Amino acid sequence: MRHRQAIALLAMVGLFVALYLWLYKIGVAGELKCGTGACETVQASRWAELFGVPVALFGVVGYAVILGVALVALQPARLSRRGPGLLLATLATGGLLFSAWLTYLELFVIHAICRWCVVSALIRAAIWGGAVHALKSDGRTGGRAD
Amino acid sequence: MSRFYLALGGVAVACAAVLYLLVRQTPGAARAAAEPPVAVADDGFRGYTLGSDAAPIEVTEYSDFECPFCANFAAIQMPTIKQQLITTGKVRWRFRDFPLPSHQYSRFAAHAAQCAGEQGRFWEMHDQLFYNHAWAQTGKNPAGLFRDFAKAAGLDLARYDACMESGRYAARIEFSRQEGDQRLVDGTPTFFVNGERLRTNSYGSDVFKHVVDSLTARRK
Repeated sequence: MRHRQAIALLAMVGLFVALYLWLYKIGVAGELKCGTGACETVQASRWAELFGVPVALFGVVGYAVILGVALVALQPARLSRRGPGLLLATLATGGLLFSAWLTYLELFVIHAICRWCVVSALIRAAIWGGAVHALKSDGRTGGRAD
Repeated sequence: MSRFYLALGGVAVACAAVLYLLVRQTPGAARAAAEPPVAVADDGFRGYTLGSDAAPIEVTEYSDFECPFCANFAAIQMPTIKQQLITTGKVRWRFRDFPLPSHQYSRFAAHAAQCAGEQGRFWEMHDQLFYNHAWAQTGKNPAGLFRDFAKAAGLDLARYDACMESGRYAARIEFSRQEGDQRLVDGTPTFFVNGERLRTNSYGSDVFKHVVDSLTARRK
């Protein structure tokens, strides 16, 4: 249960990080507060959009889905079931791979690092760690697949 | 469990407060750069160009940075036109500002591009403004976003800020608009090929290729 709670909290923070980057991308957030990083270089690059959709919006949706699934998985009736944990681990793995690809682009293609993207990547990694841990715990305690 | 939901609510409120603080602090658009100047001056400038000075054909584009058709043209058609006609030396492309009165931040965007031009990066800023065109749909003050574009375009931000604050190219932009008026430009984008207005239903790269090919054949 603690893992799922941690995932929900992390997804909530990630959701706001992605929301900020998305609001910036559509021109609502004004200047991007990035400190010494090169957020604007990353956000203004052609990689900041995928199929014409801002990458940050994928983040918003991704975090919202993980948050929703984590909250459902925390319902008493589903706590002992393995299905929600499996779904969380699948979503978290997809998110982590997507983040890894974006980090690769920052480092080796765009040659600029966006701090907010690094924060998001760390959150994704932590969510993935939590989801995998939760799945292992479910296995040990004999959680049922539903 | 209820402690968890309390913590989750607390995190949500804290994140929302931080987001609000991050979003609300936007610098104002420099009025000098955003408003039409009282006096219009001809400084001899006739637009930034792409391509060889020796190119036999010149296309002049009257454009508005806030216009969605202009953004589409810049993002979708222009790369092919550059590849097929400009880099091959067939065409020289001239960009002229024609900010439409219905667009709130057109002049401001045009001024940002001129300030980038001052640092030799007009086309980089042109691409930033057109490729990241979501700013034109929000109605929000894009001053901060344009600074980020300027940074991404490789500009010295201190010089960019000073240029925007001074509004020194406002008269030049108005001159370009009035020039467009005299040439009966009534919308954007409008194109002239070797001084003659291009009238066509679509502005695809194939149209320009066809026009340039027929002009080139005629000259032979």
